[in-house]
Amino acid sequence: MDTSLLVIQTLNGLQLGLLLFLVASGLTLVFGILDFVNLAHASLYMLGAFICASLTYAVGNFFLAVLIALPVTALLGWGVERFIARPLYSRDHLDHVLATFGLILVFDTAAHLIWGPEGIAVPLPQAFRGQLELSETLVIPTYRLVIIAAGLAAAGGLYWMVTHTRLGMLIRAGASNRRMVAALGINIELLFGLVFALGAALAGLAGMLIAPITEASIGMGNQVIITAFVVIIVGGIGSMKGAFIAALLIGLIDTLGRSFLDDIFKLFMSPDAAENSAPALSAMLIYIIMACVLALKPQGLFPPKVR
Amino acid sequence: MSPRTLATLVAMALLAVLPPVFYYTGNAFWLDLATRLTILAIAATSLNLILGYGGLVSFGHAAYVGLGAYAVGIPAYHWLYGGLEHLGLATTSGLVQIPLAMATCALFALVTGAICLRTRGVYFIMITMAFAQMVYYAIVSIEEYGGDDGLVIDTRSELPGLNLDDPIQLFGLAYVSLVAAMLIVRMITRSRFGMVLRGAKGNAERVQMMGLNTYAYRLTAYVISGAMAGYAGALLGNFTTFISPEMMDWTRSGELMFMVILGGGGTTGGPMLGAAAFIILEELLSHFTIYWHLPFGLLLIAVVLFTRGGLMGFFRGRK
Repeated sequence: MDTSLLVIQTLNGLQLGLLLFLVASGLTLVFGILDFVNLAHASLYMLGAFICASLTYAVGNFFLAVLIALPVTALLGWGVERFIARPLYSRDHLDHVLATFGLILVFDTAAHLIWGPEGIAVPLPQAFRGQLELSETLVIPTYRLVIIAAGLAAAGGLYWMVTHTRLGMLIRAGASNRRMVAALGINIELLFGLVFALGAALAGLAGMLIAPITEASIGMGNQVIITAFVVIIVGGIGSMKGAFIAALLIGLIDTLGRSFLDDIFKLFMSPDAAENSAPALSAMLIYIIMACVLALKPQGLFPPKVR
Repeated sequence: MSPRTLATLVAMALLAVLPPVFYYTGNAFWLDLATRLTILAIAATSLNLILGYGGLVSFGHAAYVGLGAYAVGIPAYHWLYGGLEHLGLATTSGLVQIPLAMATCALFALVTGAICLRTRGVYFIMITMAFAQMVYYAIVSIEEYGGDDGLVIDTRSELPGLNLDDPIQLFGLAYVSLVAAMLIVRMITRSRFGMVLRGAKGNAERVQMMGLNTYAYRLTAYVISGAMAGYAGALLGNFTTFISPEMMDWTRSGELMFMVILGGGGTTGGPMLGAAAFIILEELLSHFTIYWHLPFGLLLIAVVLFTRGGLMGFFRGRK
């Protein structure tokens, strides 16, 4: 196992983990405060990517496109709260799941209608097309580092907002006891809308960041939503800290498992057997970890204290 | 006779008579549609046992359907290309494949259910979904059985006295199986076992206070439901003769859930009515436009927002 591959894969895992955190943080925020299960959360990840792609071509600048696309996805999130989620708060989780399942179909088809069946590639900004040569064998694309930096910045900004601002205080209060917050004269409907919009913008940002690497495509969210669920289950639903740690954990384990599991298996089984069993097991690895965590702690690693 | 029972009986009578009539008048397509509908109705009926009566929102039921289908496909594959003879699993005999499908699914339900049922509410929804996705990725990564591309079943299951290559006989088997599945679920839910299951849905603490182990009851129901869905999967594999991991995608699980809720959870005929409405609507809408998912999705949202009790809600008696 060579070191440079290990470094590169660790960075890839970190990148996946941070993107997962951006999606999972909105999911866990919305569930923690609104007690609402939003399957369509990852649709905003997809729409973020598509909107950013179109804007990149329209304004000719990736960063400007991201800056415009962020409020647009936030607005979409606000719309979802206003028209779909709000009538369903008093219903059980089953109804949330079914309605947002319908919403996924609507968003996917809308994307199909607007952008066509093919994915849209987003050109990388000139400044980030380069690579960083750390040594002869260790070459890292600059844009990967940009994603990691942006993910860390977003996570840091979110942490600052939740712990140091008035809105963050209300969000924490709402997560512990939303009835009490409403009773204290806070406009709870406005707060709910803001939380939804914030979650949508974070998921959208993840989609925008990944778009230059993968391209924006229909159904890209449907892959990510399950992993984001695994993240918030392992972290403890409603916990920001849990989501962050679990996202990095899942991102690293998934990436490293896929690249090194066969090498590890070869240490104690025949190369053939390792070649055959490693891909299946590495694909299932994060689910097995989730099962182990839940078998020991059914509420996840960091369950929120009050619910 | 209550309006609900009447509606169920009328629907079942129509389902028995119409498809063969269509077939013998040269509309084989409608028989195909009815067969698919009937098989999915079995899967929805099995889901209803835990979702409708047990209140356990399982979002991974398509995994059982998929596993059941692969339990037909994999032995048929080895029968054709060799391998696994020593286990007796290189066969096209339905008498091996169908019990294999049910046993595999029962085992998977037992293992995952033991973990899932320790959790509640939204954790349960997400963990059942994640386990189903785990099976999905496991099948995708096994290249011998086609991986992502799926597997063609060259020979349908061989059953004594039945030829499943004949569409009418396949439909007949599916129909009889659906009737049996509905009766079994009805019997289970009206037994003492079912009373505990339904009681635990309403108030688990109260049932536990009576000294009953709700966990064991739920796990048993979970295993029965999984085995029944595996049976439906074995039929589905025989019907499509092509199986792929796509059958167990989480959106398929969502569709099964929707069939149950659309028809009316916790009723004998609800899942069947829901599956019928779902499949027929899907068929009609997809005739009009390739963008049929848009009105379909809006309809799903509208059903959740504005109706309670599903289609069966229209046939409420004066209770």
